[in-house]
Amino acid sequence: MSGESTYNPSTGFTRWLDTRLPIMRLVHDNITDYPTPKNINYWWTFGGILTFCLVTQIVTGIILAMHYTPHVDHAFNSVEHIMRNVNYGWLIRYIHSNGASMFFLAVYIHIFRGMYYGSYKAPREVLWILGVIIYLLMIAAAFLGYMLPWGQMSLWGATVITNLFGAIPVVGESIAIWLWGGFSVDNPTLNRFFSLHYLLPFLIFGVVILHIWALHVPGNNNPIGISVKSKQDTVPFHPYITVKDAFSLSIFLILFSYFIFFAPNVLGHADNYIPANPLVTPAHIVPEWYMLPFYAILRAVPDKLGGVILMFSAIFILFLLPWLDTSKVRSARYRPLFRQFFVLFIIDCLVLGYLGAMPAEGIYVVLARVGTVYYFAHFLIILPVLGIVEKPKEVPESISAPVLGGSAQAAE
Amino acid sequence: MIGRTPTLLAACLLLAGLSAPSPAHAAGEAKHPHAIDWSFSGPFGTYDRNALRRGFQVYKEVCASCHGMNQIAFRNLAQPGGPEFSEAEVKAIAAEYEVTDGPDDYGDMFERPALPKDRLIEPYPNENAARAANGGAYPPDLSLITKARSGGPDYIHALLTGYEDAPDGVEMRAGLYYNPYMPGGKIAMPAPLLEDLVEYGDGTAATVEQMSLDVTHFLNWAAEPELEARKKTGTMVLIYLTIFAGLLYFSMRRIWADQH
Amino acid sequence: MTDAQPPVSEEPTRRDFLYLATGAFAAVGAANVVWPLIDQMNPDASVKALASIEVDLAAIETGQSITVSWRGKPVFIRRRSANEIAEARNVSFDALPDPQGDEARVTKDEWLIMVGICTHLGCVPLGQAGDFNGWFCPCHGSHYDTSGRIRKGPAPKNLEIPPYEFVGDTRIKIG
Repeated sequence: MSGESTYNPSTGFTRWLDTRLPIMRLVHDNITDYPTPKNINYWWTFGGILTFCLVTQIVTGIILAMHYTPHVDHAFNSVEHIMRNVNYGWLIRYIHSNGASMFFLAVYIHIFRGMYYGSYKAPREVLWILGVIIYLLMIAAAFLGYMLPWGQMSLWGATVITNLFGAIPVVGESIAIWLWGGFSVDNPTLNRFFSLHYLLPFLIFGVVILHIWALHVPGNNNPIGISVKSKQDTVPFHPYITVKDAFSLSIFLILFSYFIFFAPNVLGHADNYIPANPLVTPAHIVPEWYMLPFYAILRAVPDKLGGVILMFSAIFILFLLPWLDTSKVRSARYRPLFRQFFVLFIIDCLVLGYLGAMPAEGIYVVLARVGTVYYFAHFLIILPVLGIVEKPKEVPESISAPVLGGSAQAAE
Repeated sequence: MIGRTPTLLAACLLLAGLSAPSPAHAAGEAKHPHAIDWSFSGPFGTYDRNALRRGFQVYKEVCASCHGMNQIAFRNLAQPGGPEFSEAEVKAIAAEYEVTDGPDDYGDMFERPALPKDRLIEPYPNENAARAANGGAYPPDLSLITKARSGGPDYIHALLTGYEDAPDGVEMRAGLYYNPYMPGGKIAMPAPLLEDLVEYGDGTAATVEQMSLDVTHFLNWAAEPELEARKKTGTMVLIYLTIFAGLLYFSMRRIWADQH
Repeated sequence: MTDAQPPVSEEPTRRDFLYLATGAFAAVGAANVVWPLIDQMNPDASVKALASIEVDLAAIETGQSITVSWRGKPVFIRRRSANEIAEARNVSFDALPDPQGDEARVTKDEWLIMVGICTHLGCVPLGQAGDFNGWFCPCHGSHYDTSGRIRKGPAPKNLEIPPYEFVGDTRIKIG
């Protein structure tokens, strides 16, 4: 936390350095000795996992860029060149392509953990908003990156999404043409998307630093949602949290490795191994799995502009979450009604995801409309009302109290 | 515990959601190919060298007259994890073909025998020529075909052996053939395999089923030449991670011992 | 850090072993991850496949040279005259900064085949120029003789001879 520093430079050199560039103090106060609530559970290890994902994507991405050619005539073949000729190229590309999915899996768990334990509530609103910005940047990076292999899904996914901007009244078409650098998705588009895809991860990295900064001012939330009261309630980040994060990461890596080595293409789409062809549209255009709920919302609305607005609102409403939830109690552990609605909300997101993969016809559209309405109702009606009508359970006095009591298990 | 259940549930469902049926199936038009027990499926799967060599023969003698494989070079036929022809065999195979090279010192293009570094020879100079020769249909490149089709090798095998007479009520235009595995049921490629169309060097009987299995085996290698290395590395990685996770778990228990 | 130490257990050696094993395991894993990230920059399979070329020498007259490209580098192929050969042979080793006999630099006396890259800093020398009637590098003034040996100037070594063999009377395979 932003309390007084506990750093004590022990040698002459570190004392000298500390008065000139207190970087050791920064590391000590924010990593080594950063006080962390001792009861945080495994759902709190996804911050570390996400940092790992970001670094992995940046490192493998820089390497792929050494071998990739952002030109419509060469992009597809250069990806195959990576897969077939470059030493360990297949490994690096599969890490990067599956890494995107793993990144989103981790970020969704991280977001839902924040929602369940009320980590967005005061004084962590800015922390939450920065998180939503990171999520938005991730979506942009993933979308841009998906275009680069220049397969059928790359081309047509990019075409569909950039056409969304055409829904904006008056200036829409000019914006679409400006994005394309032409009159359809073509070489100029691919080239600029590559440039931006390379840029975005570094923006994400910057916002992640702010996110961690905003975390370290109020300190971590924890499963019971009450603030740290004394040193009794915390453990130093190292080694307690580092080893726990490392263990959690090693389990996560087992899942990650399973996809890389044994099912590298199940999360992708077969059509993206067909070179892009501007004259033939694939039978079904589907985004990657992590975009499916939003895709379902987009298609649930019969009006083009309406669909676009609703889809973006579905993400932007997250910015308002800290003020839409009127309950003073943070953790769902003490909010019996909220807990049930939270489960319903997750089911709603999963159902929307499923519907996003289905053709937009018949019963699927009807269900997608119901799901969309419920999605927004959760934020705009259920959360504000719950805070008023719900009777929360009794919240313990301090973190140490319940840890010593019955729920000791939950602390690990 | 209570606190975890919903999120855990969410994580599981998220994962389950990943394997949600793909939309091609949802369309519900094409017959579902039945699963073949390929030697390369499963976590320890490897290619069958003999099947790969026979499959290459089928590709060379049957498919290659219409379908190219522009990602594959002759040298790939010798690399580990593939058909593993010897260097000399690959040179001989390549030398059966002529490629255009140049320009020479006078600025002219010239023909020379293919070398291992050259890609397999394309049947047509460009897409327009391919369409013109095939009644408007474009025979797709086969380098990635098992990855580029939902259903993978099972689908390719089912398609090659699945030709039927069109059922009553299905009208077939000339130049189209009925195949229930093809989305839409109509395909411009006539049934490509006939009994004893090739003569296998190893004495294997060249039934339609056998040729289809072999050539699909070969095509799967062409699409995923890294498969053997990938699965072998993957096994090592998983063993490593399991032990590492165990060590970390006990280290964590030890470190946290004073907090409980 | 001092107050962050894990508690002293009654079995320090076993505890230390566990931490050591975990740390060592992590180090081994990291090393294995780093190697593919480095090796990807080495020549790939398609580059290696182009590593040898065959050249037909039949059209080269005595006293003529050609330059071919091998692994992206110029290779000089010169059909030397009797004079040039004699000149190359009649040099005392004392006059050579990098002593080497002309016989050791050719397979057939007539044919001098070498990588056309100055051993100083990688420029391409000019043919039939310089004080020794061989090659002259304009970048920093290195003079090579009719055997491609360094005679004067900053270059430390003779021009490199690539691996090659005659696959016919007038046909060579480089690489």
